[in-house]
Amino acid sequence: MTVRIRAGAVGMAMLAMLAAGGAQAAGELYLYNWTNYFPPDLLKKFEADTGIKVILDTYDSNETMLAKLQAGGGGYDVVVPSDYIVPVMIEEGLLLEIDAGAMENFKNVASPFDKQWFDPERKYTAPYMWGTTGFSYDSARVPGGALEESWASFFAPPPELHGQVAALNDEVELYNAAALYLGVDKCTESAEEAQKILDVLEKQKPLLAMYQSDGTIERMIAGEVIMHHQWNGAAHRTREQKPSVVFVYPKEGLNFWQDNFAVPKDARNAENAKVFINWMMAPENIAVASNFTGYMNAIKGSEQFMDAALRDDPAVVMPAEYADRLSPAKDCSEKARELRNKVWTRLKK
Amino acid sequence: MASPARSGRMLLTAPALAIIVAFMLLPLLLMAYISILEKGPAGGVRWGAHTVEAYVAFLFERDLADELVLNTDYLRIFLRSFWLAGLTTLITLAIGFPTALGMALAPPRWRTFLIFLVTVPFWANLLVRNYAWIILLRNNGLVDQARHAVGLGSGPLDLLYTPVAVLIGLVYSYLPFMVLPIFASLEKLDWRLVEAAFDLGARRWQALRRIVVPLAMPGIVAGCILVFIPGLGAFITPELLGGGKALMIGNLIQSQFGAARNWPFGAALSFALLALVLLAMLAYLLRYRAPPGAER
Amino acid sequence: MSPSSLRFPGLRAVLASFFVYLYLPIIVLVVLSFNASPQATIWTGFSIDWYGRVLDNPDLMRAFRNSLLIATTAAVGATVLATLAALGTQRRQGGAVDAVNAVIALPLVVPEIVTAVASLLFFIMIGLRLGLGTVILAHLVFCIPFAYLPIRARLEGMDAALEEAAADLYATPAATFRRVTLPLLWPGLLSGLMLAFIISLDDFVITYFVSGPGATTLPVYIFGMIRIGVSPEVNAVSSLILLISIAFVAASWVIGRLKR
Repeated sequence: MTVRIRAGAVGMAMLAMLAAGGAQAAGELYLYNWTNYFPPDLLKKFEADTGIKVILDTYDSNETMLAKLQAGGGGYDVVVPSDYIVPVMIEEGLLLEIDAGAMENFKNVASPFDKQWFDPERKYTAPYMWGTTGFSYDSARVPGGALEESWASFFAPPPELHGQVAALNDEVELYNAAALYLGVDKCTESAEEAQKILDVLEKQKPLLAMYQSDGTIERMIAGEVIMHHQWNGAAHRTREQKPSVVFVYPKEGLNFWQDNFAVPKDARNAENAKVFINWMMAPENIAVASNFTGYMNAIKGSEQFMDAALRDDPAVVMPAEYADRLSPAKDCSEKARELRNKVWTRLKK
Repeated sequence: MASPARSGRMLLTAPALAIIVAFMLLPLLLMAYISILEKGPAGGVRWGAHTVEAYVAFLFERDLADELVLNTDYLRIFLRSFWLAGLTTLITLAIGFPTALGMALAPPRWRTFLIFLVTVPFWANLLVRNYAWIILLRNNGLVDQARHAVGLGSGPLDLLYTPVAVLIGLVYSYLPFMVLPIFASLEKLDWRLVEAAFDLGARRWQALRRIVVPLAMPGIVAGCILVFIPGLGAFITPELLGGGKALMIGNLIQSQFGAARNWPFGAALSFALLALVLLAMLAYLLRYRAPPGAER
Repeated sequence: MSPSSLRFPGLRAVLASFFVYLYLPIIVLVVLSFNASPQATIWTGFSIDWYGRVLDNPDLMRAFRNSLLIATTAAVGATVLATLAALGTQRRQGGAVDAVNAVIALPLVVPEIVTAVASLLFFIMIGLRLGLGTVILAHLVFCIPFAYLPIRARLEGMDAALEEAAADLYATPAATFRRVTLPLLWPGLLSGLMLAFIISLDDFVITYFVSGPGATTLPVYIFGMIRIGVSPEVNAVSSLILLISIAFVAASWVIGRLKR
């Protein structure tokens, strides 16, 4: 029996060594990003260009990434936070000031992405991809072949579509869409307004097939549903295989989100991170990322390196007349978040 | 009770206990402390600012006049998870027991192989397994097509995104956790006992009920614990196969550390769950643990 | 073969339909890994491209290796600890044993997300550096009950006479363990090991929080795809894991045959 216990002790010692190890040599970069949100080939090109080896780790939402960094988990050199979470990260002291605005390739950044509400002087962040959250439908299967460009088509669909509509299973996105539909502030602190949002969502619930955030592309292509609350990049990939699908920019406005590169305060390879961020603002590099993700970037001159299918899709490159429909994300107050979570819980109680 | 030579044996539990106390109980105490802290303005907590708000919020909410009123939303979500986990446990037991019996009666050289065979499907990722079920169950999916091919009805089955689909998926996920413990305790069964019972004229059900089931009881209890408790926290399968229309305890708590950024409430919800599970276990012990020396 | 099997004639059919239920989705999953379409669930044609992509994706391969390493280490470690604990509480009743059982069941009861955040805060507090080591440690903890319960179920009611006879014949405790206890324990031990292994292999939430740079596992990698869309790469990598598991099964089959 003692033999066993000793074996256990050796195991524990090995564990401790593993935990203490993992020190990084120079020439490495730990990138923390969504899975499939960065082309592996582009990482190889970066390695060839700069000699810096990139190691990718992945997360599944802004909030879990934030919670992890808040709890002190870290060691990553570049993270990819969305707009609304950036001010929180700055305020919590989680980000390093990298002065992206002064970087050599920053001149390539198109307006208005050079000055954004969450980081007006681009001291902490540089732009990566941006997109919108609207909805798409199969024009071949709706009455009359077209629907009104309004959230009403989604929240109160025509009877033919009942049970054939899917919403994103995303507290923030769905709540925001309903707020836009009602013309209410998405960060409202008023219980009455939150109740109105809940009413819309509760009325819509029996007409929905499901709440689901993943597999939206397949569901639309397979014809499992006729209409789907969707991110525009996903809509683009759906349209590639089912051209009858239309992506709607609702007239009441739609969520406009931007993902950014930022460097956590405890980054071990901050210099490499800056090299990487600057490199990614070159048109020929960021275009590869757009081709891979199906989302638009914020770099001037990248269009010429992009696939024609992407460049010509109104779901990706937003037609200019819709520009005033974009409703930038924002980070809601504690009270607004609490109301939102209550609405979400009550909707699904 | 125990001979003096065996009393030293209790020490063998020390390594496992030490690890769990150090890396589970201590972190949990930290969490207990967090549950009585105020939440931070941007998530996280305010260290040093104490409140029991999180526990009050489990059952009550403030109405417009700032009065506390009963709020049953969270209770209903808890009830749903308990109900689903209970049903899953019963069904896995109903399928798992005969399966484990069949495995235990298989020739000995098959048995190691069978243990592996039960677990192989679960080497594939949870998400991918659920996608496979979606393909099978969806309208005009493989189950539908097979049904039509053999002439069983013609319309769509409308199975996916229903509670039945959730149960199919959950039962699937937890079957090995029921089958293997029962198998492990049945495998040691001395079948001569069963034979003797048959020789004495016992019928099949009598032999099962009087001899096989009592001997399998430790495995059945272990299996039920391994299915029921993790089943309480399950949310990915219910969400994918059930269409995400109803929250489970698991995603309710998860969202407190995510979009809601309300760590204390997430912690308080967990301790409410913990308390309920402990109560259930206590009730089980009081009800079924016979006093020493009593005939069961 | 045990004559009792003849007394329960339906069992063969039950066993067969059980394995059909178990393997139906697995067949679907493997077939779809050969799908040419970038959408995992829509079949368009045969292709082995996804396997090429998996092998050519260093981050996915690293996640694959990490997962196997973590699950193996944690499952073996947990099984050793659980076996010791089960032997310690064997043929005992009463308050002390109830307390031991309760502590060991603790990791089962606490919701994953809470374990995850609590462990992360705790690891940071005691100054552990996040990485593979912290993931293995966290997995070891939650694997223990999954290994312990089947082993204890096996031991409960097991005859002490054999071990005592061995001791009477002047066998050393180590020899008794190896020659008598271990073979008797084997089905419980293997069951516990396999359950611990698959529960570790599937864990996402705890791993996500306690992992450090370079320690991404397969489930973490796969869940990160949700926003962009899950690709058949995932089916391909799952099929590769199944291939490894089938190699194990085949080996156990051959060994089982040889023993006879």
